[in-house]
Amino acid sequence: MHEMSLAEGVLQVIEDAAQRDHFSKVTAVWLEIGQLSGVEPQAMAFCFDAVTRGSVAEGARLEIVATPGVGWCMACAKSVPMKEVFGECPDCGGYQLQVTGGTELRVKELEVA
Amino acid sequence: MCVTCGCGEGEVKIDGVAGHAHEHGHDHSHAQGDLHSHAPGVGQTRMVQIEQDVLAKNNAYAQANRDKLAERGVFALNLVSSPGSGKTTLLCKTIDLLGSTSVAVIEGDQQTSQDADRICATGAPAIQINTGKGCHLDAHMVGHALQQLPLADGALLMIENVGNLVCPAAFDLGEAHKVVILSVTEGEDKPIKYPDMFRAASLMLLNKVDLLPHLTYDVDAAIAFARRVNPAIRVIQVSATSGQGMDEWLTYLRAGMARTAAARQQTVAVLKARVAALEAQLQQAKA
Repeated sequence: MHEMSLAEGVLQVIEDAAQRDHFSKVTAVWLEIGQLSGVEPQAMAFCFDAVTRGSVAEGARLEIVATPGVGWCMACAKSVPMKEVFGECPDCGGYQLQVTGGTELRVKELEVA
Repeated sequence: MCVTCGCGEGEVKIDGVAGHAHEHGHDHSHAQGDLHSHAPGVGQTRMVQIEQDVLAKNNAYAQANRDKLAERGVFALNLVSSPGSGKTTLLCKTIDLLGSTSVAVIEGDQQTSQDADRICATGAPAIQINTGKGCHLDAHMVGHALQQLPLADGALLMIENVGNLVCPAAFDLGEAHKVVILSVTEGEDKPIKYPDMFRAASLMLLNKVDLLPHLTYDVDAAIAFARRVNPAIRVIQVSATSGQGMDEWLTYLRAGMARTAAARQQTVAVLKARVAALEAQLQQAKA
């Protein structure tokens, strides 16, 4: 359940922004979750609702932006899509892959009132 | 609750003491009522660009820990595994072999100080963090533990994380490396079942190998699964009970400690040279 602490991290980012940019109500949050970030979008959505209760983001719509996993295949010497951290290269079938993208967990944008 | 640093959250205890006394260096609102809107009309909305990493706060605490450890020349490892992999027994044995004066331990568990008590019995300093309902240690908790832990210069710090192969993977504590411990009484396929952890670790200790004659465990398969997730992972087969592989593990630890201490020496040497140069400049300016 580390999605709970991560959701608290999201709220923290929002509350810092609320102070900085002077807004009192957040109506939507765009959260980028990489396919290889180890974060479960459904669990995140559940925890987000729980931790934002009573905050500036209470009732805010959570828009999850999924970014695809990308790895560098050492055998093929090129970037290939990765569905899982332990995935194989779709071209050569090898496992000599270094993850290069899709590990993000970022608050991208807020819609505020 | 202070959402900025997570303190006062109720259940985290360091050596049995809840919360902690420290001045907040950061300002933040504890009440949304303090906030007000300058929005010109009710119901109007606007977009605010954020582009901020959710783990940024933890990573900042981790960097502070890393800097503090580097200043002292301390080689720090974050030991992660499922519950019951033999982490604490391996730690006790390691302390016995390495000498209790050069090792310090931070123990993370949801409840009890059983593990810290076991470490203290070896003579090495240990601090217990109880995470309450928390499933992992974070860099902020470790930072507070470091304030209390007596740590010799050039020592080895072992942080025994909460027994959990999922959550601790995401949280940098300021360690040099994560070391994942897998025991041969677990499944060979743990690395692909919990890939994030095996990808985050740079060393895998395959523990309890003294039990192999009694099991149908496929060591090669376990190592192959680990390398599938993390091609660069190093593997050492050990048994804290029989002592097998402990030499290789100790060699790894001593090399890490020597490297960290040498880096500190170099920093000190550079700083001393800089001080000497500035003093020479000052003398020249005076003359």
